[in-house]
Amino acid sequence: MDQHQATSPSTPLREQLRPLFPYLRRYRRGILIGMACLVTGNVIWMTFPLVLGRAIDSLTSGTTTAQLLLFAAALVIIALIKGVFLYLQRWILISISRDIEFDLRNDLFQRLEMQSARFYSTWRVGDLMSRSTNDMNAVRMMVGPAAMYTANSLAVFPLAIAAMLYLDWGLTLMLLLPVPLVSLVVKRFGRLIHERFERIQAKMSDLTARIQENIAGVRLLRAFTQEKAELRSFGRLNQEYIEANRRLIRIQGMFFPAIETLVTVSFLAVLWLGGLAVLGQPVLGRPISLGDFVAFMQYMFLLTWPMIALGWVVNIFERGTASLKRLNQLLAAQPDVVDRPAPDAPTEIRGEIEFRHLNFSYNGVPVLRDINLHIPIGTTLAIVGPTGSGKSTLIQLIGRLYDAPEGTVLVDGRPTEQHRLATLRRSIGYVPQETFLFSETLRENIALGTPQATDQEVEEAAEIADLAGDIEGFPRKYATRVGERGITLSGGQKQRTAIARAVLRNPRILVLDDALSSVDTHTEEKILRRLTTVMRERTSIIISHRVSTVRHADQIVVLQDGSIVERGTHEELLARGGYYYDLYQKQLLEEELERT
Amino acid sequence: MSEHDHHEESAIGKIYDRRLLARLATYLRPYRPQVALAVVLLIFHSAVHVIVPLFYKIAIDYYIQPTPDADGKLTWLTQYLAADPSTGLQQLALVFGLLLVVGFVAAYGQAYTMLMTGQRVMYDLRMQIFSHLQRLQVAFFDRNPVGRLVTRVTNDVDALNEMFTVGVVAVFGDILVLVGIVTALLLIDWQLGLLMLAVLPLIGAVSIFFRNYVRDCFRRTRVALARINSFLNEHLSGMSVVQLFNRERRAAEQFEEINRANLRAWRDAIFGHALFYPAVEVLSVLAIAVIVAYGGSQVLGGTAQLGTLVAFLFWSRRMFQPIQDLSEKYTVLQSAMASAERIFKLLDEPVSITSSPQPRSLPTEAGRVEFRNVWFAYNDEDWVLRDVSFVIDPGGMTAIVGHTGAGKTTLTNLLLRFYDIQKGQILLDGVDIRELDLTELRRQFGIVLQDPFLFSGTIASNIRLGTDGIGEEAVLGALETVNLSDFVQSLPDGLGHEVRERGATLSVGQKQLLSFARALAHDPRFLILDEATSSVDTHTEHLIRSALERLIEHRTSIVIAHRLSTVQRADRILVFHKGKLREQGTHQELLAQRGIYYKLYQLQYRDQEVSVVADDD
Repeated sequence: MDQHQATSPSTPLREQLRPLFPYLRRYRRGILIGMACLVTGNVIWMTFPLVLGRAIDSLTSGTTTAQLLLFAAALVIIALIKGVFLYLQRWILISISRDIEFDLRNDLFQRLEMQSARFYSTWRVGDLMSRSTNDMNAVRMMVGPAAMYTANSLAVFPLAIAAMLYLDWGLTLMLLLPVPLVSLVVKRFGRLIHERFERIQAKMSDLTARIQENIAGVRLLRAFTQEKAELRSFGRLNQEYIEANRRLIRIQGMFFPAIETLVTVSFLAVLWLGGLAVLGQPVLGRPISLGDFVAFMQYMFLLTWPMIALGWVVNIFERGTASLKRLNQLLAAQPDVVDRPAPDAPTEIRGEIEFRHLNFSYNGVPVLRDINLHIPIGTTLAIVGPTGSGKSTLIQLIGRLYDAPEGTVLVDGRPTEQHRLATLRRSIGYVPQETFLFSETLRENIALGTPQATDQEVEEAAEIADLAGDIEGFPRKYATRVGERGITLSGGQKQRTAIARAVLRNPRILVLDDALSSVDTHTEEKILRRLTTVMRERTSIIISHRVSTVRHADQIVVLQDGSIVERGTHEELLARGGYYYDLYQKQLLEEELERT
Repeated sequence: MSEHDHHEESAIGKIYDRRLLARLATYLRPYRPQVALAVVLLIFHSAVHVIVPLFYKIAIDYYIQPTPDADGKLTWLTQYLAADPSTGLQQLALVFGLLLVVGFVAAYGQAYTMLMTGQRVMYDLRMQIFSHLQRLQVAFFDRNPVGRLVTRVTNDVDALNEMFTVGVVAVFGDILVLVGIVTALLLIDWQLGLLMLAVLPLIGAVSIFFRNYVRDCFRRTRVALARINSFLNEHLSGMSVVQLFNRERRAAEQFEEINRANLRAWRDAIFGHALFYPAVEVLSVLAIAVIVAYGGSQVLGGTAQLGTLVAFLFWSRRMFQPIQDLSEKYTVLQSAMASAERIFKLLDEPVSITSSPQPRSLPTEAGRVEFRNVWFAYNDEDWVLRDVSFVIDPGGMTAIVGHTGAGKTTLTNLLLRFYDIQKGQILLDGVDIRELDLTELRRQFGIVLQDPFLFSGTIASNIRLGTDGIGEEAVLGALETVNLSDFVQSLPDGLGHEVRERGATLSVGQKQLLSFARALAHDPRFLILDEATSSVDTHTEHLIRSALERLIEHRTSIVIAHRLSTVQRADRILVFHKGKLREQGTHQELLAQRGIYYKLYQLQYRDQEVSVVADDD
């Protein structure tokens, strides 16, 4: 373990492991029992060589077959008792490592659920996944097997050495002479392996990047007939990679043989020096019996594995602490949207929305500039504007997917941050631009926000979204699974599922973020008509590129570069001859083009 | 993702597959000498392990507790040793030491040879996969995300390496040691040997039971892990939906449930492991007990020597230890097998677009492209092109226009045979492109993609790509032609300026110009240009336009046009609408028709007019 400190001297191991303390504390009792089993098992096991030695001695001093049977039985009993403790130790300690993994993974997921959209735009899903599986596994290996073997080594060393000292201190001291050498070898090799391993990792990323580019640029490379040249350049990197590996192998291949040889040297020493001691000519210490000689050999056996294990454990701790650090970056990440409602926060929301001098920047880039907008209860607001003008961001601020500056977004006359987050979100039926369905049944997907809904309510919502007909056509109706292991819905069907999902919530505020783009105009009209009935008395916000979708809204705003550049009703905006007018003209043309 | 997951789950359960193993073995074939050397060294190394306990026997029986050598089985060795105990022990220690050196050299040599052979096999495998990827049709890459393919070449190959280096060799070595010890036992004292070996069947039974039990647990853990991954993937991607629909708690509960299934499966597996270790240990102690009881009474009766007994004790230890490690090796083998299966699945992916076996050579005419009643769909009957026929005559520039989704980009994909058409023919100078050599066909074209793709490397390497024939002169000339030479000269390293991943340090316009230069340097007969839609400042726009002018000079060019200036400049315009070729002619002719082109013009190009006119002044 000093190996570990040698390679990362900046932070002590204890500090690096700190994030694990609460989890370890939770299983304190189990860990203590497991450790007790480990120590007890080893203490019992230490009597084995002694009994075996006495058995051998009895042979030289004359004994009976009956007594030999007794010795044999004693050996088996010792092994059985030790076996029980070994079993308990492994079962308890390794299970706890899985329990901790289980807890960590749950905590991680719950922590991730608290993070805002801002977090998800900076972290790639692949990275998050890799941390919650690969890194999690490295941490578990450290907490489980590596910690157990460390404890085992720590228990066996003093016990075995004490027993050996008891048998013959002189012989023991001579045997312990190579021990510093072993730790020196482990340390030296450890550092070399670490360095060369890093080099391999670097070469590996070169290789990975090369493949990544080759595949991403496949069309271009085919067009320029670069297949052979690509193969050559990949071959070069591949060669460099195995060269880096060769450097590691040169020393790594020596590691285990070296340890094995050093350990066997101790056996040699016992044979020679111990043999002399049995003959009554000890180099150091006192003469011993043949039984003691055999017992010595057995103790050496007991020490072999813990010694080898240490080298392995160092490696696991290296990787485990690195992974824990990566994991902790997620566990310790503070969510930027927090639920801190005012004490008098209402439990119901009526649905009046206001943006008051709203300025919003994202990563230092202004996205929304001085937005002032009032949406009275029961009215419909439509937002149009080019891609990237800030439309989606504006409506995501209502449900606090991001946090706007305090007091700039108000619902029912009260800043959103003073509402209860759950209440606020419960009152919004949101249909996002990109429909997101889960790999569950259609019913579960529609009832996502309202698991307690009755079948009838689900069907009514599907009816409003014009989805009921499609669902009746599926073999398993509402129990049809979608996604990965189920059927693939068309873009329009997905959007309509998302609409049904939002409608079923019976929301005070309905938000359609370009939610009808994959639905044909005829169906769109049908859905909008039904929605109007449902949404009477409620507030709706519709983002769309289609004039046909937004023309009936009470209020239409045009957003450009984060600012409202036009506002009014359909007729008013047409009369202005600005962006909205252009949009209208183009769509007329497009419809005409569509018909040809 | 879905395909992957399906595969992941169906692969579960098949842990050890003879077919797979046989196929893997073929990769070792070129390295027979190395493998043979490793085996020889392994035999030496194993022999040292087998011989060592013999020294204890000799030490005890000849020096420490001298007993008459009843059968004289070891006189071949003992005759050379001194009779005096302390000198004899010294000599024994010396031989022992020499043996250790031999053992060390053999072990190191063996490890080095085998690890390096493993690396070479991985090298070959990686080359094979990569080269297969170079031949697979573009359609394959549409279906398979980049990340998954990268994993095949990197992680999966590495998992296999583990098996080559750790698993197989170690198991083989263990078997050798086992055979050696059994032989030694039977030679030294066959009665005691047989008695001791009586526990082997028991251990075998325990191992088989363990394997079957753990196999089932492993299957469950893999299913659970696959579910954890897909749940995470889904919920992290759709986190905003989860949050807005107040699903956090329920999702957390669902996750906990899946997580718990994983935990349970692992707990069962741990139970098996935890039981297996002590079970084997108790059985091995049973063997020791037999040695003590039976062997001991033999010694008392004078029919066996004490040294034999001690040697047997050590052999028993050495014999059972590898069996205990089996479970670890089993895990390695298992994940290697899963990787092997995924790799072979990729390697078995058929290459559907290949050169004709007897390619016709291309006539050295000027270059005439003809589409004859071409029908094409990416999926099934979802036609992207319907019965399209046109001819592009040598020289001059043809512009392809149409609304989004009209099938314009598809034309490039088909001409270069990224995809094969379903019906009709595409002819190059009268020869069906399917009858040509693929490389020769593609060499005729220089293409500029809509999204300029740059590789990490230098400016020069991005222009040359891997084509060695392009000299520095040509590179500089191409840069000059596309108005980039001033910019490149202003860079500290000039042509050697490092281009980071995807050209992160360059502007959009510069990237476009670089990809022009690339096409130019390869001096193709045809130029296919998919104009970028991204907007650039007026100055860059001007640079691009003048570069384009020079690019299409003296060349047959096909431009998928997005800029009004390009369309106006074209010798001929082909108008695509809903997968059909609807109109063709010059800009003026088509405007006069007042048809689709006229409407498209109104819709897409009219806005550009103002800036273009202003620019021309």
